[in-house]
Amino acid sequence: MISRLSAIALNTFREAVRDRVLYNLIVFALLLVAGAPLLGQISIDIERLVLVNVGLSAISLFGVVIAIFIGIGLVSKEIEKKTLYTILARPVRRWEFIVGKSSGLLMTLAANTALMTAGFYAALLIDQRHLGRADAGLLIAVYFSALQFLMMTAITLLFSTFSTSIFSAVFAFSLFVIGTFSEDLRNFAALAHGITKWFSTGAAYIVPNFASLNVIAQVGHEQPIGGRLIFFNTLYAVLYSAAVTAGAVLIFERRNLK
Amino acid sequence: MNAIETQSLSKDYAVGFWKRQLRPAVKSLNLTVNLGETFGFLGPNGAGKTTTLKMLMGIIFPSAGSATILGKDCLDPAVKQKIGFLPEQPYFYDYLSAPELLEYYAQLSGVAPAGRKDRIAELLARVGLADVGNKQLRKFSKGMLQRVGIAQAIIHDPEVIFLDEPMSGLDPLGRYEIRELIQSLKDAGKTIFFSTHILSDAEALCDRVAVIHKGELRGVGVVNDLRSATAEKSEVIWQGAEALAAVAKYAADSHVTGDTVRATVSTQELDLVLERLRQQRARLVSVTPLHGTLEEYFLAKTAEEAVRA
Repeated sequence: MISRLSAIALNTFREAVRDRVLYNLIVFALLLVAGAPLLGQISIDIERLVLVNVGLSAISLFGVVIAIFIGIGLVSKEIEKKTLYTILARPVRRWEFIVGKSSGLLMTLAANTALMTAGFYAALLIDQRHLGRADAGLLIAVYFSALQFLMMTAITLLFSTFSTSIFSAVFAFSLFVIGTFSEDLRNFAALAHGITKWFSTGAAYIVPNFASLNVIAQVGHEQPIGGRLIFFNTLYAVLYSAAVTAGAVLIFERRNLK
Repeated sequence: MNAIETQSLSKDYAVGFWKRQLRPAVKSLNLTVNLGETFGFLGPNGAGKTTTLKMLMGIIFPSAGSATILGKDCLDPAVKQKIGFLPEQPYFYDYLSAPELLEYYAQLSGVAPAGRKDRIAELLARVGLADVGNKQLRKFSKGMLQRVGIAQAIIHDPEVIFLDEPMSGLDPLGRYEIRELIQSLKDAGKTIFFSTHILSDAEALCDRVAVIHKGELRGVGVVNDLRSATAEKSEVIWQGAEALAAVAKYAADSHVTGDTVRATVSTQELDLVLERLRQQRARLVSVTPLHGTLEEYFLAKTAEEAVRA
């Protein structure tokens, strides 16, 4: 089982690595990170803050874009191109395929995040001439972005199991936007009454809470991030991703692949 | 134990905007394929061949009925270790090279790492792709892809091999090469189940064939028997040219050479013709049933519905 999972994951990773579009995205993101010091220079006294905000936002946004861009095709492309036929004719269980594909995309995102984080720290070093203890704290924001990617991977994979690539992209991006403003949805639910309150409360718990994973402003201002938040955010992201991936498996197990 | 067995295997597709109408793609298919047999699954486009294969491979689920391969449910992972599958017009990961693709499939099929590279090299040589190197599959011709397809289907040395239209879209040379490959698998004692609408290929390779049309099994049997079943004429040769006048109205085609007559008569009227020749004291030389072709059988079976209508 492990060898099959790793084979599918590595093949997914290899497919992403050999895709030119991925490189376009990475180069664009790195250029943005590299250009951040220029933005800093025109911002008097807040060079570091601008650099941190732009750099960390670029890592987060491009990671999400890559998760959606690759994730939407993970299953639907294999069905459309019928490459899945030769996989399912082998002793590969459908859940193994889903988990393997998901792991492959996460490997891609991990490599991409590592690359962009290295670029970000290089830009920071050039701008400040040195790296201090406060700069290490920025890694927490990167870690939270990685948790966001974990959730987005599960979400795009779920849509990919029953929808076309285009619809999957629309659904996944919509959920990302809603999830980013999930705090507003919770506040609205708290103020609402009757059926609206029930509906909005339910929606607030179902949509991914990306707002709590965004600590870019705090780390930019060198505010400490508590261990409790790190623990609960990790737990939340892992459980949410596991639940969504289980949903994807349930759908895919029953699907007729025409 | 049979290699493949289906019992009332059926598949209905929901069609229409609300998906409330059911369109039957395969209707209660009962089929048995013996071990070591090369079995042709014949039918025109849209007959239900690929749907049947997809059900056997676990790509789609039957609406009713069941299927076993090597005595076990066809969805059993243990069974899938022993089968190979080449889909119709296969499309593989085009960013991979042929050795990379085969390595991937070998891993998924549980081929032991030791000797995997040798097995891949041996297979590539066997399908005539020994010199492709690391060229990506997107640069392969259709014939080359088909050969890679055969290689991936047998990378784990399966006992039963399913081939969906393996010769479709190939030029004569490509068809010949694939036919030779299938023949070599047959010689190695593998059970081969292949769907095709190219009847000459089935005729050349198959021990038995089944004809499916509009989702219904129309006939199944040994190729020679099926061809004979369409032989409604016999060739009769006798000596005694003067006897021809007595049977002339039954002989559709007759040639006289000296005193010897060669005539084609309907099998239904054969007894009558032989009786008349005996009465005329002609000396019978031979009676030979004229074999029909698989194509005639196929056309007869697929036209049955039109006749019934």
